[in-house]
Amino acid sequence: MNTNTLKLIKYQLRDVMRSRWVIFYLLFFVLVTDALFRFGGTGDRVLLSLMNIVLLVIPLVSIMLGTMYLYNSREYTELMLCQPVKRQQMFTALFSGLVLPLSATVAAGISLPFIWNGVFISHFSALVYLLATAVGLTIIFSALAFAIALLTEDKIKGLGLAIVLWLFFAVIYDGLILLVIYMFSHYPLQQPVLVISMLNPLDLARIALLIQFEASTLMGFTGAVFQRFFGSGTGQLTILLVMLTWIGIPLGWAARRFVQKDF
Amino acid sequence: MISITKLEKKFGRLNVLRGIDLDIHPNEVTAVLGPNGAGKTTFIKSLLGLVKPDSGSISIRGKAINGDAEYRSRIGYMPQSARYPDNLSVHEILEMVKDIRGATDDTDEELFHAFNLKTELPKKFKTLSGGNRQKVSAVLAFLFKPDILFLDEPSAGLDPVSSSCLKDKIAREKEAGKTIILTSHIMSEIQELADKVVYILDGVIHFETTVGSLLESTGEPTLERAIARKMKGAA
Repeated sequence: MNTNTLKLIKYQLRDVMRSRWVIFYLLFFVLVTDALFRFGGTGDRVLLSLMNIVLLVIPLVSIMLGTMYLYNSREYTELMLCQPVKRQQMFTALFSGLVLPLSATVAAGISLPFIWNGVFISHFSALVYLLATAVGLTIIFSALAFAIALLTEDKIKGLGLAIVLWLFFAVIYDGLILLVIYMFSHYPLQQPVLVISMLNPLDLARIALLIQFEASTLMGFTGAVFQRFFGSGTGQLTILLVMLTWIGIPLGWAARRFVQKDF
Repeated sequence: MISITKLEKKFGRLNVLRGIDLDIHPNEVTAVLGPNGAGKTTFIKSLLGLVKPDSGSISIRGKAINGDAEYRSRIGYMPQSARYPDNLSVHEILEMVKDIRGATDDTDEELFHAFNLKTELPKKFKTLSGGNRQKVSAVLAFLFKPDILFLDEPSAGLDPVSSSCLKDKIAREKEAGKTIILTSHIMSEIQELADKVVYILDGVIHFETTVGSLLESTGEPTLERAIARKMKGAA
């Protein structure tokens, strides 16, 4: 990364860190996590509840904010590209300016209540796993957001597309899996379901967390199959690879488009 | 000198630029005019590298521009309406651009003082009035003493005092040997500032002439009338 990119990132961060949504996002996670502790949760139960919130909220916020962010930065992007700035540098700066604050906010917002409730050290590894997944989802859905915003110039269309994509991954996809399971209920489906689930980054994140929190028994026989595969070293590596692919493809496409497009 | 040869650009099926040949000389103010949608913006954006032409070439002082960002360090650009990050102060915006340009101390802060922008320095960009935004963007265009200046509707939204400050500055920079390209809808402004007029119509240069000879050949007193007459004659 060269110095121009770092300079751009510096100012981008300064701008974004002062914007209201970062503060709201931080407060949201602090309040929710602390509330879960107050309603009598122990560290383990709080983590499990947080998992569901992370899986629901982070993709939604990342994809919606990300799409809007890129549309709103358009004029500024144009101005910077009239300076001696390369397009790749600007792209990196814009993406970092979104992903770094979002990730830092989630990490801080969840960690702080763990610290002041005194269970930060005792639940450290599970917490880190949750935060890593949260950051992974943030990057994936921000990359998708950038791809959407670069696909169409029309802001309304872009935001619509972002919601539809989120709905697809969060709701529709699982519905389709259930439909498949129902239709082929006479067949042994553990392995196909495993493969299908892996293709959805949200499902993958959910499985990874459930297994980490040893809650896979909730999933019955399928859970056992999942536990055997994803609990293994190969399984963990597969999760990582699929996640990286989910970052690489949309982000690579968006970057290429950004470099080639007309402003 | 900027020379442009056979510049073409299509957006989908729309032929925006259909072969533009033009030499832009230093020591002159060249005004790019034309009706809305004629391709003026696309033309200027191609010179800035924001739009990538389909064919043709643009070279600045004999050096072709292609994908390289460095040549833009010699260009100052004042857009029609500038929007910098909302939460940065004017001071930070100036610092940022200096930083990215590899700030030399040798900057031209004449306009900054002429516009009295000192009181605006701590204000966040989003709280600035339209006129003050325009002033910041004018200061930035001239700050690094660029050889080439692109000014897109420079006096739009400026009060008369600031506007005449800016016009004086443009005239002085021209005398200093800069290459200046200007667009505006205010014909009196063009008449006052420009030496040359390039009229773009349907993606080609319809005519290219000096302001003096345009007035003379049409016998009209103002540039606005002269262009209207010329276009009527053509139609």
